[in-house]
Amino acid sequence: MEKEISKVIVSTSPHIKSNETVSKIMLSVIITLLPAVAFSIYLFGTYVLLMYVVSVATSVISEYIVVKLRKRPFTLNDLSAVVTGILLVMVLPPKFPIYGVIIGAFVGIVIGKQIFGGLGHNIFNPALIGRAFLAAAYPVHITTWVAPRIGKISAVSGATPLAAMKFGGVVTRNLPLFLGTVGGSVGETSALLLIVGSIYLFIKRYIKWQIPVSIFITVAVLGEIFHLINPVKYPGPLFHLLSGGLMIGALYMATDMVTSPLTGRGCVIFGIGIGTLVIVIRLFGGLPEGVMYSILFMNAFVPLINRAKPRIFGTEAVHEK
Amino acid sequence: MGVFSFKGGVHPPYNKDLTNSKSIVPANLPKELVIPMSQHIGAPCEPTVAVGDNVKEGQLIGKSTSFVSAPIHSPTSGKVKKIEERLHPLSKKVLSVVIEPDGENEKVYMEPLGDDPAKIDAEKILERVKEAGIVGMGGATFPTHIKFSPPKDKPIDTLILNGCECEPYLTADHRIMLERGNDVVLGARMIAKVLKVKRIIIAIENNKPDAIEELKSLSSPYDIEVVATATKYPQGAEKMLIKALLDREVPSGGLPMDVGVVVSNVGTSAAVCEAVRDGKPLIERVVTVTGNAVKKPGNFLSKIGIPIASLVEQAGGVEGNLGKIIMGGPMMGISQPSMDVPIMKGSSGILLLQKEDYMTLDFRACIKCSFCVRVCPVHLLPSTLSIIGEAKKWELAEKYGVNDCIECGSCAYVCPSKRPIVHFIKTTKAKLREIKAMEKK
Repeated sequence: MEKEISKVIVSTSPHIKSNETVSKIMLSVIITLLPAVAFSIYLFGTYVLLMYVVSVATSVISEYIVVKLRKRPFTLNDLSAVVTGILLVMVLPPKFPIYGVIIGAFVGIVIGKQIFGGLGHNIFNPALIGRAFLAAAYPVHITTWVAPRIGKISAVSGATPLAAMKFGGVVTRNLPLFLGTVGGSVGETSALLLIVGSIYLFIKRYIKWQIPVSIFITVAVLGEIFHLINPVKYPGPLFHLLSGGLMIGALYMATDMVTSPLTGRGCVIFGIGIGTLVIVIRLFGGLPEGVMYSILFMNAFVPLINRAKPRIFGTEAVHEK
Repeated sequence: MGVFSFKGGVHPPYNKDLTNSKSIVPANLPKELVIPMSQHIGAPCEPTVAVGDNVKEGQLIGKSTSFVSAPIHSPTSGKVKKIEERLHPLSKKVLSVVIEPDGENEKVYMEPLGDDPAKIDAEKILERVKEAGIVGMGGATFPTHIKFSPPKDKPIDTLILNGCECEPYLTADHRIMLERGNDVVLGARMIAKVLKVKRIIIAIENNKPDAIEELKSLSSPYDIEVVATATKYPQGAEKMLIKALLDREVPSGGLPMDVGVVVSNVGTSAAVCEAVRDGKPLIERVVTVTGNAVKKPGNFLSKIGIPIASLVEQAGGVEGNLGKIIMGGPMMGISQPSMDVPIMKGSSGILLLQKEDYMTLDFRACIKCSFCVRVCPVHLLPSTLSIIGEAKKWELAEKYGVNDCIECGSCAYVCPSKRPIVHFIKTTKAKLREIKAMEKK
């Protein structure tokens, strides 16, 4: 018995821990993305599968190299690099060149995450950093769309519903938008599959629910207001909700734990900010779509939002200084 | 009646079925009892006996002239073998009286004061609580007589008896309520007399329906409310309990008396009853010996000073690959380097856990999942506090309310990065105290 006693662990309480781990959360995100991933391969062909493989491989290898160079503990098993790799492809056009995918994944992991100190320290969503870099570096490729294998091809050849709306005044019907049988980035088209996948994350509370809900409400309300002002020029709220990157952005990008606020109230502010920017960019900006920039922009405000502390138990107002 | 609860908290596996049907059995005395002279918050006691003295059960062996302190009595009759520094459950050496029991069981108790609170002076009860060395037996070990004598400007209107026992694994209070319910109720009436309060509430988590029934029936002749609270950790934390039952918030840095409440553990209430009715000082307590590394978990009536190794032996010994020795429950208990430490007045349980993967001390960076923010019962940002603590920015932590933390451990329990949040917070608090002390000089 003495021998056993000498080996006991002495540490601060608590002495039991829940079975939640970072890897488990990331694995859940990956699994819930799979329906949308599978659909995207079906919709745009096997080239998309190649993009996924290359992107995930590049992400993992980049992470491995940086971690080795920085002599940091091995963190690949947290699977976050895999999530970044998958999400990056989901927000790229379906025929994006492979070398571009490699560059995007590398930039996302190295500049988007590891430069800040790795998972937990980054300010911006790594996948969106990768995409933003590609949007700046390859403006033509990033706006070259292909028609989906099923569903009606929109009037403007191969264009996304948002581009068709903005530049052609054509509004895509809601059902194909909801199902995802439309043009667009690889994994963003099917609102249905993204919503279904995310239900599990809501139940497990891996998603800070206030974020997507406040984005949806903001987009719907602002969309409706402008639609009432000028129904011909501005599409209705459902179109805004179902088109472009809004669903994947609200459910999977804005909800990235590391780059979103800590408190429920903070998440609401964050969501309202994103929703407002999305509508402003879509309706008045030069680009047809603004989800990516809206999220990145609001990511920058998270450290500031997190300085607002909740009311501590037994204090009157917000604890300040 | 609705279920009383609070915002935040966690639902760890309770594992109470290991022992909640095990009746309290008296623990056998080992060859020596080790009685630390510091078993309470406040000034340590000075021994009043010398090596070689013969002592009787209940005889005073340690006292202090300080206001915040509680006297210590011999748990059994025997001989004082040594008075020396011994390992204390708070991982330091403390002057202790070592007694060799002689098996004679000779007692010297105080004069019984009767069992009718109406016929006993409130002052006499209070004096007896002090003489009997009673401290908060839920684990806080604050001298009870001080808690029962609030200043005049803090009128008390409610006494809450805490029978929540929200810590997983522990069932000592549960068994006390089932087996010694009469003592609990009588003790409550005595305390109410001291505090001059009309309202007595006994709060029990709704995972102990038998205890709720038992106390309801025992307290029915009196004006005592027995209420079921939600089963959620840390329901038994006094701030959470007061909020749940009375919707009053103990102010930051304050005490329950600031909102007119005194909270007392059910075990303390039973001890008050014995001290007043039988003249018996606090020399023994109920201890749950449990965990998946114990062969036969059970509840023991243990004399103060029995080394935990002896109790574990009486519970069948260690089984499997022992990973942790914990005094108290798994959420707030103190992990021990060895089983040489003795049972003290505040030791509600001995928990032995098998070695598990999660016991590794490795942790990751905070991923801002905000699980901890959601469960924090005092509405802090534990994640931020842990990052600040890790970065050693002590003063900044104060602005984030680190001193309001009740160290319940809910945050560290849910953390997917397995960050030792409570460790960072405790360290921060200690550093801040050091800084304050330096500034005073």
